[in-house]
Amino acid sequence: MTATESQQRAYIAGQAAEARVNFALETEGMTLNVGPQHPATHGTLRIVVRLDGEQVVWADPIPGYMHRGYEKLCEVRDYAQVTTLINRIDWLGSFCNEVPFVLAAEELMGIEAPPRAQYIRTVLFEMGRIANLTLFLGDMAAQVGALTPVFYAFRDREYVLNLIESVTGGRFHPNFDRIGGLKDDLPKGWIDETTQVMRRIGEFCDEIDDLLIGNRIFEERCRGIGVVPRDVALEYGLSGANARASGIDWDLRRDEDSPLAWNHADWKVWTHPDGDSFARYWVRQQEVREASKIVGQLLDDLPSGPIRAKTPARIRIPRGETWMHAENPLGEMGYYVVSDGSPGGPFRCKIRTPSFSNVSIVPWLLRGVYVPDVITILASLYFILGDIDR
Amino acid sequence: MIGPVAGTFLGIHAAYWNEAVLKLVLGFALALTGAGTFVYVYLFKMVSHLQSRLGPMEAGPHGSLQLFAEVLKFLQKEDVFPAKADRLVFGAAPFVVIMSTLLIYVVIPVGPRGVASNLDIGILYALAVSSISVIGVLMAGWASANKYSLMGGLRAAGQLIAYELPLVLAVVGVVMQAGSLNLQRIVAGQANFKLFGFQGLGLYAIPQFVGFLIFLIAAQAELTQTPFDMPIAESELVAGYMTEYTGLRFLVFFIGEFATAFALAALGAVLFLGGWWLPGMGAHWGSAAWSREVVGTAVLFAKVMLLGFVIFWVRFTLPRFREDQLQKFAWKFLIPLALANILVTGIAKVVASA
Repeated sequence: MTATESQQRAYIAGQAAEARVNFALETEGMTLNVGPQHPATHGTLRIVVRLDGEQVVWADPIPGYMHRGYEKLCEVRDYAQVTTLINRIDWLGSFCNEVPFVLAAEELMGIEAPPRAQYIRTVLFEMGRIANLTLFLGDMAAQVGALTPVFYAFRDREYVLNLIESVTGGRFHPNFDRIGGLKDDLPKGWIDETTQVMRRIGEFCDEIDDLLIGNRIFEERCRGIGVVPRDVALEYGLSGANARASGIDWDLRRDEDSPLAWNHADWKVWTHPDGDSFARYWVRQQEVREASKIVGQLLDDLPSGPIRAKTPARIRIPRGETWMHAENPLGEMGYYVVSDGSPGGPFRCKIRTPSFSNVSIVPWLLRGVYVPDVITILASLYFILGDIDR
Repeated sequence: MIGPVAGTFLGIHAAYWNEAVLKLVLGFALALTGAGTFVYVYLFKMVSHLQSRLGPMEAGPHGSLQLFAEVLKFLQKEDVFPAKADRLVFGAAPFVVIMSTLLIYVVIPVGPRGVASNLDIGILYALAVSSISVIGVLMAGWASANKYSLMGGLRAAGQLIAYELPLVLAVVGVVMQAGSLNLQRIVAGQANFKLFGFQGLGLYAIPQFVGFLIFLIAAQAELTQTPFDMPIAESELVAGYMTEYTGLRFLVFFIGEFATAFALAALGAVLFLGGWWLPGMGAHWGSAAWSREVVGTAVLFAKVMLLGFVIFWVRFTLPRFREDQLQKFAWKFLIPLALANILVTGIAKVVASA
């Protein structure tokens, strides 16, 4: 089945489901509450699903069970404290949350971190991506019923987390970025160890290839399921791997002129024309491979020098506003930071998180699918609750 | 104190009652030991090592007493009935399921004389009683007053009925080849079966390898194990029809699941792998009758463990089918294949006897 055919089928199924709602002989449907406590929502997302038999007539995601008011909390903390807070947004790749905010603050101050710091930032950023996406690679398998890849994912992710911990002191929440650079330099022997672990991550991707990609059951569960056509993906503001799986060749790491060191490495942005669950899985798997390549290359030609620019002892951001975004593991994450020049924290901090937009497509996507596909689609969209309700 | 009965009881001779009680106790012991062995060896340890983890290690050496800890844990738990549950049906459902399992053990031969009841229609009886569990599953799904349970129950009913057919049809090939429904005769048939003139490799798994594969696949579906675990799909239906069960009743479901796995593996071993008979040994093997019983039990156990390994290996490797996909797989692929297998077996039998 080609991509266009499967897209047409998804449209037809959705329209059929919609047309049936007012059908005179309609039997009484069933309203099913998927969540807030449900194994498929990995967190507290509630999805109200109206069912006809096992077919979904409509679905409505209800976020907000984990809202912690981070935008408001950012206003009553100073810049150094905000990084601790925003670590908790996407808790699987925490370091990636810090970077855009710190870059925004640096831009407002008009300083730039030294090259070594930018390289290490990029390395840790990509390791955060690996820590995040390897979990997805296992979790998606668990959602379609294969239990073993989860344990492999957790095993190999652990090596990456150990490396992050040995640099930053925090396994999950590094809080390592400082305005103007980093807290510390890399520990001794870390680079060799990381090179080995990155090889190991490549092997993990091969294992996933053996276990899932090409497995007939997995392909039948994922191919043609939850097809997001290119134009719909753009309308709903999907970003990251979800957009790239719909054939949108868009990656902020490559397309934006970032102070980070991505343009010093040789890597590739993968896209997939199908836009189905399988494409989303496949694109993320390629991203893990590319991330491990980026880490290896950047560590090979890591520049020497200081890791922190000269900053005043007491950070004071001048009046101004800026928007800084980056390609996080889940998609485009951005901070709109407004400073009024006071010695405290930001006057306003708007946080754009990828999962929120990615989940907004759920009502469109779930019309007309079967209950098992609801789980596949939710898993393949890959959201993190902290990233939806920040 | 229960002891041997003397005289007659209900007009039936005491010897019958003594034998019946003995068989009952031994049957229960066999079912519970089988289920426990599968849970410990495969669910706890083998799978853990497959998934690069250790599994339970604290209770006893290498976690071997973990099973008793789990049973004690379940016994201590409160027996919760949901407020809107149909209490009688809800309470009875797990026992219906385990009853269907325990009845299979009646006809499984563990030695030349080691069988609780040597029925002439043994395999027909075993497959018939194994289908009773559908009723228990439906009862559990309906009576729980839970939408996830209901969906799980309905899925289970559809699936178990769909896979009952290939299971039976796969067995028909063996029955035709052995010329009997009696499980002891099927074992004897394999012992005496000559494959291209060679005696000793006469496992029906070799001439009936298509039937063997269909049997394994259908058994996997009957056990609602991955890739056919849609009814209890834990990532979407929480735990399917078992969602609302706690404590002892959940334990009964759990034992039922693994006792059925053991029973179906034993049936597979008897039908396709020669049962208690050891390949390569002639009919004159062994002098004392009791030694044949003991060794036969051990041989059957080894074969059951082999099949159990395959069942659990598949269970923890593959993703699960969607409900419509597994129905399609049963009706459009397995059943035609099983029918073709019967046809080929029939032709081969006629040709061989001519």
